[in-house]
Amino acid sequence: MAESDNIVVETAEKIFADLADPQTINNDKRDSWRAPLWQALSEAGLPLSWVPDDLGGSGASLADGFALLNAAGRFAVAVPLAETMLAGWLLAQAKVASPEGEMTVLPASPKDRITLDANGALSGRCRGVPFAKAAKHFAVLAHGEDGAMIALVDASKGRIESGLNVGYDHSDTVTLDKVQPVTIKPAPKAFDQTTLMLMGGVARSLQIAGALESMLDISVRYSNERVAFEKKISKFQAVQHNLARLAGESAAALAAATSAADAIANAKSFDDEVYLEAASAKIRCAEAAEKGGGIAHQVHGAIGFTMEHILHRYSLRALAWRDDFGSESHWAVELGRLVANRGADELWPLVASR
Amino acid sequence: MTAALRFDPIRLPETCEQLRKEVRAFLAEEIAAGTFDPHKPNREDTDAPEFSRRVGAKGWLGMTWPKKYGGQERSFLERYVVTEEMRVANAPTRRFFVADRQSGPVLLKYAPEHIKMEILPRICRGEICFAIGMSEPNSGSDLFAAKTRAAKTDGGYLINGTKIWTSSAHIADYMIAIFRTSQPTKENRRHGLTQFLVKMRQPGIKVNPIGQITGQYEFNEVVFTDFFVPDDHVLGEVDGAWKQATSELAYERSGPERFLETYYVLTELVRAVGPNPDTRSAEGIGRLVAQLHTMRRMSVSVAGMLHAGKEPVVEASIVKDIGTVWEQQLPHRVRDLAAFVEETATNRETLERQLDFAIKTAPKLTIQGGTTEVLRGIIARGLGLR
Ligand SMILES: Cc1cc2nc3c(=O)[nH]c(=O)nc-3n(C[C@H](O)[C@H](O)[C@H](O)COP(=O)(O)OP(=O)(O)OC[C@H]3O[C@@H](n4cnc5c(N)ncnc54)[C@H](O)[C@@H]3O)c2cc1C
Repeated sequence: MAESDNIVVETAEKIFADLADPQTINNDKRDSWRAPLWQALSEAGLPLSWVPDDLGGSGASLADGFALLNAAGRFAVAVPLAETMLAGWLLAQAKVASPEGEMTVLPASPKDRITLDANGALSGRCRGVPFAKAAKHFAVLAHGEDGAMIALVDASKGRIESGLNVGYDHSDTVTLDKVQPVTIKPAPKAFDQTTLMLMGGVARSLQIAGALESMLDISVRYSNERVAFEKKISKFQAVQHNLARLAGESAAALAAATSAADAIANAKSFDDEVYLEAASAKIRCAEAAEKGGGIAHQVHGAIGFTMEHILHRYSLRALAWRDDFGSESHWAVELGRLVANRGADELWPLVASR
Repeated sequence: MTAALRFDPIRLPETCEQLRKEVRAFLAEEIAAGTFDPHKPNREDTDAPEFSRRVGAKGWLGMTWPKKYGGQERSFLERYVVTEEMRVANAPTRRFFVADRQSGPVLLKYAPEHIKMEILPRICRGEICFAIGMSEPNSGSDLFAAKTRAAKTDGGYLINGTKIWTSSAHIADYMIAIFRTSQPTKENRRHGLTQFLVKMRQPGIKVNPIGQITGQYEFNEVVFTDFFVPDDHVLGEVDGAWKQATSELAYERSGPERFLETYYVLTELVRAVGPNPDTRSAEGIGRLVAQLHTMRRMSVSVAGMLHAGKEPVVEASIVKDIGTVWEQQLPHRVRDLAAFVEETATNRETLERQLDFAIKTAPKLTIQGGTTEVLRGIIARGLGLR
């Protein structure tokens, strides 16, 4: 996933650099950056990267899309790019065409559930749905009599109680009360809510890893500028060691996330091995967000605690992203159960299979 | 800048998976034959010379070396698989591991041809054991403070001084050591050290065992008194050992042995909690597995970089830092979780015995092969901080 050899990522990075510079965004109290950024991303076909041409998308590979999410994390992009990509991907699983405009996915938590009744209407309540308030459509995974269904829903048909996550991005509660979908089709065999959560979790892992890469960059830069006791603080061994640990956490997050992305991009199904990769990525990236973000703030001292400084754009978002599509606690319990269920002597073969 | 810290998702090729099966089958036979007990890490490995020979006969020592020296010209990734399977099975590798990982490659690079022809095939056959003579009583992290002198004399050098913490010196046939051949210069305090091949069990060398807090004897003090080393046993450049020593570090620091030394307690915990663990145990195990998986992916990635001929010194240091801190904490986390295991778990005794040993082992893990602080210094340099 090197930046340079990927045209999708190159395009995205250019747009982010021009229209989503974190410092500019941070200074803009009226959010006037949002519309032009979204427009540029849409014109480049990026939000529908994972949707094939014949379903209205730009048909990029899974791998390119994952690399794009990592780049979005490096810029801590605060528009529903990941969400629209995931929604388009979900719809495409059932060959449902994607409409234009912002989308998000329901449910965004493994605990919530949408059901399909005999009249073809959808009901259920979903918490922590990212950017629901900004979305024109929802891509919904629902459970009906005949198994999992994938539906496109007009967002205005849902009731939305708005909320904010710790990163100050919209994270809303969406209630569907006997809502008729625009389109609904059966999900492919073996596709279930866990599949959606693993995919969403890997998307968030790549974003967290990207945010950590940027936190490392700006922390190293800051430590080489800030002078205390007549030296640059980067010359203090304690500071160096903190930054070395931040580098370790950032590297671990990126390794886990890119490995999981690579696993999904090359897998035929979401089997135990992909489960190990995806669940591990979400767990490890969330841990890295906590440890790494803590160090980045420590290195910056008080300035990093201000709204004026850009650090919080990365650190708080990385912390917030931990909660979407299953927290690390959720996945740790699930992964632990899977491992225990397979038995002690199958643990190493599972790890070594990757 | 962070572009340098990317760990690409290297996958082991199909040849590795075939090899993995062979290694597992071999180890299963050895276990069945009673060579070692995979559930008992606290044994003395010194009595497994026959096992070394059988591993050598399989072609699993010096795997990557040229055939003319007894090697197999196989890939670095294949060697990786053999290492991790041996480590996970708790196989008695002490006799051959240092030679295979470190000493052999040093000889390949710096020894004269006739010495390569003499020694490398014997390493490949699992016949000889190596020790590493770097540390001295007043020189550990600060390698360049080493004082043990090699004074030039007719046809060779006379060695006087003391090495310490030398693992396996009591069973080793050879040691690769650094000695002081001249004083450091004002401009370069690293100058003046030379690497030598030392034949052990000769007059002039005394090996004094040092007990470890685990109750084992694995490292030693090695005292040299007017010990003679011939000229052709100089490895590489006289006074230039520091350049040689640093380039070997990526091999020493990123392998599976850097996070799997206490791994056995995790398997045993999974066995003890059974197929339907409570939430707390499940969460604890899930986190540990996620951390292990992540480190292994990083370690395989570094193996891929080495395979591609790169020198990923910073990446290797990151793997060793995260890996050794993890394997050090692992027995303590397993102990936390084991507190809730049923009294009736059939492997309870095994788990307790393993924990007892792993907890005693843990303190050394972040010291051997370069301390955490030294590694973080290397990473900081890689980040451009010094
Ligand atoms: C089980 C075991 C096996 C070993 N086997 C071998 C072997 O086979 N051959 C061999 O040569 N050596 C061996 N060693 C020695 C090992 O390499 C050294 O212990 C290690 O390099 C540290 O040196 P030291 O013990 O002298 O500690 P010191 O260097 O005295 O360090 C003490 C403390 O000070 C810290 N410190 C030192 N310098 C700095 C600095 N610049 N910045 C910050 N902190 C610093 C260290 O990190 C450490 O925490 C072995 C050690 C162990 C535990």
